[in-house]
Amino acid sequence: MANASDRPDAGIPPAEVPDLALPHPHSWWAKYVFSQDAKYIAIQYACTATAIGLVALVLSWLMRLQLGFPGIFDFITPEAYYQYITMHGMIMVIYLLTALFLGGFGNYLIPLMVGARDMVFPFVNMLSYWVYLLAVLVLVASFFAPGGPTGAGWTLYPPQAILSGTPGGQGAGIILMLVSLILFIIGFTMGGLNYVVTVLQARTRGMTLMRMPLTVWGIFIATVMALLAFPALFVACVMMLFDRLLGTSFFMPALVEMGQQLSYGGGSPIVFQHLFWFFGHPEVYIVALPAFGIVSDLISVHARKNIFGYRMMVWALVIIGALSFIVWAHHMYVSGMHPYFGFFFATTTLIIAVPTAIKVYNWVLTLWRADIHLTLPMLFALAFIVTFVNGGLTGLFLGNVVVDVPLSDTMFVVAHFHMVMGVAPILVIFGAIYHWYPKVTGRMLNVGLGHIHFWVTFVGAYAIFFPMHYVGLVGVPRRYPEIEATFITTPIAGLNAFISVAALTVGAAQILFLFNLFWSLRNGREAGPNPWRACSLEWQTPETPPKHGNWGKELPVVYRWAYDYSVPGAPEDFIAQNDPGPRVERDGPP
Amino acid sequence: MSIVLVFLLAVALVAGWWLSQQRLTSKPWLETGAGPPASDRPEIPTAKIGLGVFLAVVGGLFALFGSALVMRMGYADWYQVRLPDVVWVNTAILVLSSVLIHIAVGAARRDETAQLQAGVAAAGVSTLAFLGGQLLAWRILIDSGEPLAAHPGASFFYLISGLHGLHILGGLVALARTGARLWRGEESRRVRLGVELCAIYWHFLLIVWFGMLALLMGWASDVVALCRTILT
Repeated sequence: MANASDRPDAGIPPAEVPDLALPHPHSWWAKYVFSQDAKYIAIQYACTATAIGLVALVLSWLMRLQLGFPGIFDFITPEAYYQYITMHGMIMVIYLLTALFLGGFGNYLIPLMVGARDMVFPFVNMLSYWVYLLAVLVLVASFFAPGGPTGAGWTLYPPQAILSGTPGGQGAGIILMLVSLILFIIGFTMGGLNYVVTVLQARTRGMTLMRMPLTVWGIFIATVMALLAFPALFVACVMMLFDRLLGTSFFMPALVEMGQQLSYGGGSPIVFQHLFWFFGHPEVYIVALPAFGIVSDLISVHARKNIFGYRMMVWALVIIGALSFIVWAHHMYVSGMHPYFGFFFATTTLIIAVPTAIKVYNWVLTLWRADIHLTLPMLFALAFIVTFVNGGLTGLFLGNVVVDVPLSDTMFVVAHFHMVMGVAPILVIFGAIYHWYPKVTGRMLNVGLGHIHFWVTFVGAYAIFFPMHYVGLVGVPRRYPEIEATFITTPIAGLNAFISVAALTVGAAQILFLFNLFWSLRNGREAGPNPWRACSLEWQTPETPPKHGNWGKELPVVYRWAYDYSVPGAPEDFIAQNDPGPRVERDGPP
Repeated sequence: MSIVLVFLLAVALVAGWWLSQQRLTSKPWLETGAGPPASDRPEIPTAKIGLGVFLAVVGGLFALFGSALVMRMGYADWYQVRLPDVVWVNTAILVLSSVLIHIAVGAARRDETAQLQAGVAAAGVSTLAFLGGQLLAWRILIDSGEPLAAHPGASFFYLISGLHGLHILGGLVALARTGARLWRGEESRRVRLGVELCAIYWHFLLIVWFGMLALLMGWASDVVALCRTILT
């Protein structure tokens, strides 16, 4: 027994912080549009990210139409196809997933979960959203630019990205893309400073780091990583913008294009690849770690059991975050690097599997003999575990140099990363929305619609991406709009059509989900303050949805960790974090 | 990418040291009670922590520019830019502005308003002089036939010094805001914090400038080459 004190309220300083110096706006504009309240900013982030995500969804439909039924849709030229894949990838990875996890969930959950009134720099936080919105608008503008958006692939590899052979390369497309990314990074840095410093400085009394819910840990570590990784993309974008606009040759070697010697000379495209992937690989975990954190909480709440191995979960997050900075070159096995380099990066890549596996085991062990409620968040959490393991296993193939070389740039890679960083985090986002929607709006989402949404999405995602592994394995390269009929491609034509139909269906299911979001706003069942009977602080606010300042007159005091579920001897099957409660005797590790 | 990895290692050491103070081995499932009153919270003002995190980002940014520069230097056709002498004068001015703002911090701590005002003003003026000097250096370099797109060595100099200048400019905005507060006669605690934050930022950008200069002059790559010979 390691009680911090004998009396639960011992050592608490006298009630302090009746109110912080929060801005209290009065005009409608300042309250709802240029709001400095993290909760409004979160919703603004989420709506913007969803809106631009829908654009990316439509682009994926168009791609699948072309791949499944080549030659039927005249308007999908090869150029247009390249533009679709580029914008789809960029939007999904950066403008949707990163923005939604950190800007959306980070803003909403961090202050509530650590017991703060708001983020520590509310004005900068507001600015963060508006710069993000500007970045999205610049991105959207590139669709209307002459020549259309860039078609360089989401990796934007030079030299092709700024040459005339690539769509948007000599037009405005690539310029707008780079400017948009630079703006996004500036905006994100403003937000990221807030998330990190709020966790460091604004935790309420009793909320030690090791009492924070894993959601906060995941978002915290991911934000630290993003703050250190995004500058690499920033540097790459600035230098490429110089190459494109000012004639420098950072990335551009001497080139002959259409028989014309270009003025470039002496640049190195490999430097860009290093910079890009120094951002690009941590980015995978910037998306994954918040998902890890959120899914831990979903499983614990809906299985009515404390999370297994909380400390290990925290350590694993930290270790994954650190390791993810020394694996970037596994994206560059075919760039002609030194074989010893490949060996080093293959080793570090495979080592990451250890802390990741610890997390998976701990989720499964949390479920072991738990009181599992198959609610919608739980279904999505379970689907996440399965999908993440599936996607992770193909990562073992691609992490090994000798296996990766033949598989590189095939549809196998596309299937792998869609499973592991597309479908898996999106499933968590859905689970999280079903879980926290009642707190945000005060109403439950419709369960029937939710079940249709879940099953179509889950089964459909497998119908799309399982066959795609096979398509890649037989040798179909990625980023090809159309492949001539050969002995390889003819047999899989049917498979491609099947994948396309599945993709269209899964996309349509998301419209159902959006309908549910709007419909339940008015017609959902009243949720009450704590519909899932969860321990963590965001469910203990005096009002639902929480008002400006979150906590009414006094900040909550935290007496325990966030996972006191099914404690033997307790009157209910959960004890809220701010509940001093009766002292419950427990001995030894659980 | 060695430079940015060294930088990240330094960040990781600081973060690891901090984490080691956070009772990461405690067993939260066994502990109840609100615990000792906020003892795990450092007494540092929030703005200072925020600045520290921001400087880590800025440091990473310049470390990445440095990494790109060093990678590019490794190629056979690397051509060193010949920095105009005025760069050294500029560097001296930047050191001077750092010293001045340090003096201003001392004055703020002793509550000597007149000296504080003089220090802040002098630091602002000398920093402006640094930026002017940098523009002059660009002018001289362009006139001597090495414009931005002449060769990668020149491009890197313009890019890095330009970005450094932009960061200095941002710092000047912050300094001007603090100065405005100072002249309006706002409460000294807030002004003091503002001056302290500016001073940290100034010293940091000075160190960054030294590092970037060492890389651009090729000194750092000599050191790296030396380390490599020792290691292999």
